[in-house]
Amino acid sequence: MSVLVFAESPEGKCKKVAFEAVSYARKTADLLQTNCIALTLGSPDNASDLGKYGAKEVKNIPNVPEHLDGAIYAKAIAGAVRKTGATVLILSHSSTGKSIAGRLAVKLEAGYVANVNGLPMIENGFEVNSVAFSGKATATYAMESDIKMLSLMSNSFQVEVSGEVLDVDTIEMDLPTSELEITDVKKQEGAVPLPEAELVVSGGRGFKGPENWQILLDLADALSAATACSRPVADSEWRPHHEHVGQTGVTIRPNLYIAIGISGAIQHLGGVNNSHCIVVVNKDPEAPFFKAADYGVVGDLFDVVPRLTESVKKYKASHG
Amino acid sequence: MKQLVCISSMPDTAAKISFTADQTHFNKEGVQYIMNPYDEWYALVRAVEMKEEHGGTITVCHVGTANNDTIIRKALAIGADEAVRVNKDPQDGYDVAVQIANVARDQEFDIIYTGKESIDYNAASVGAMLAELLDLPFISYANHMTYAHGKASVTREIEGGDEIVALPSPFILSASKGLAEQRIPNMRGIMMAKRKPLNVVEPVAVSQMARIVKYSTPPPREACEMIDPEDMDALVRKLAEEAKVI
Repeated sequence: MSVLVFAESPEGKCKKVAFEAVSYARKTADLLQTNCIALTLGSPDNASDLGKYGAKEVKNIPNVPEHLDGAIYAKAIAGAVRKTGATVLILSHSSTGKSIAGRLAVKLEAGYVANVNGLPMIENGFEVNSVAFSGKATATYAMESDIKMLSLMSNSFQVEVSGEVLDVDTIEMDLPTSELEITDVKKQEGAVPLPEAELVVSGGRGFKGPENWQILLDLADALSAATACSRPVADSEWRPHHEHVGQTGVTIRPNLYIAIGISGAIQHLGGVNNSHCIVVVNKDPEAPFFKAADYGVVGDLFDVVPRLTESVKKYKASHG
Repeated sequence: MKQLVCISSMPDTAAKISFTADQTHFNKEGVQYIMNPYDEWYALVRAVEMKEEHGGTITVCHVGTANNDTIIRKALAIGADEAVRVNKDPQDGYDVAVQIANVARDQEFDIIYTGKESIDYNAASVGAMLAELLDLPFISYANHMTYAHGKASVTREIEGGDEIVALPSPFILSASKGLAEQRIPNMRGIMMAKRKPLNVVEPVAVSQMARIVKYSTPPPREACEMIDPEDMDALVRKLAEEAKVI
């Protein structure tokens, strides 16, 4: 019995989503009074750091393809679960995690709960909470399978530094070669990936057109925030589709969500209402979004946003 | 070519989410059900476009009760040729995957589509489960696809960008926004859908390994604090010192 956590490294490096998953796995292992083992695939250059985030052992399977191949990744992770005798497997609810979780659940005959947002509750068997209906509700699951699989929603568990850098132990495993051929990769330049972003500035129809986006970009820049938008904005192609947050777009949970010129339709709120702090800027005092906000500003966004940007810069300059 | 599109039914995106008095079941009363938008707008429509280009047939598969036949007829009206409904209110994503795998096995579909996720539990698990059950490659979050001579080139969303993957059929993909444009069924499609075959098959037994014991709704937020639009310094101060988010 132990807790195994897959620490993903999509660009050759474990990042925040992996650290969150490892910190979460450590807390879960502590609850179950068992060992926490982190697993990496490929050759991430910072696997040994996972010890700092709570792993007591770090294992690596080097011979997987660099690109995501769900069949091979799942085979490798399932092999590690069997080798370590893990009874709990934790993944990130990320593009990578979601592409392989279903395969693993089948391979391991494991119960699988996705989008988990809190530690397991073990007073009464093994129960865990998961975000449902795009953030409009929480579902509590009881898990009874021998192997239990959870995928952790990003930004729902605090990264904790609790240990030391560890040596990485290599697991030898025979794996097939990938039949997928990657012909091109297009990275989003410089941008913080939206699901991982701690600060998000989002714009709606109130901007009247893509040519007016600069003031939002300036604010995002001042805050080092990611940018997002409402569905009509993405549908009108003012902004790229991957920025669309809401029930039919991306569901996010940043520390701060600043919604500018977005009225707050129920589908949009579904994608963001788990954010820790919501600021709404809208010229219509009756906009439904104000009911879901922590701070509201009623005013013309073309007027308010540049002033907010200046205030942020001023604050940052005086507080380092 | 032979294509299969998996469709599920979801509470309408505008539906009020509530639960039974004991908080153990979703309250279906008065809730309008729709086809999961990712299944309809992107997966099904892309399959129809592929059929227009390459010929062949489209089957839709749904796991659900006869209450959802209107959703299946809509899929037929949009352009699927036939439907299979597995007669069961599914217990979870694994149940859905096993039932669909059972329908698809030995049928030699070239491409099997799912939406990228359902809009109720957002687990995004069925496509990968199906891939494992049928031993097929699975390309998740596809937002563009071209196809010629049995080989596809699919753009998929990965961490921090897009990646183009070339692979031969058969395979499974999950459809993301951008793969196709939503289509509204026309009158001719709706009339034709009534005559297309909708076959009902009985489910296979599936064990349930995680079950929902309780629902809760997030506590309402405290009333919004209004800030003077002339005083953005005050807002920044509050975000930094009160909310501690910047």
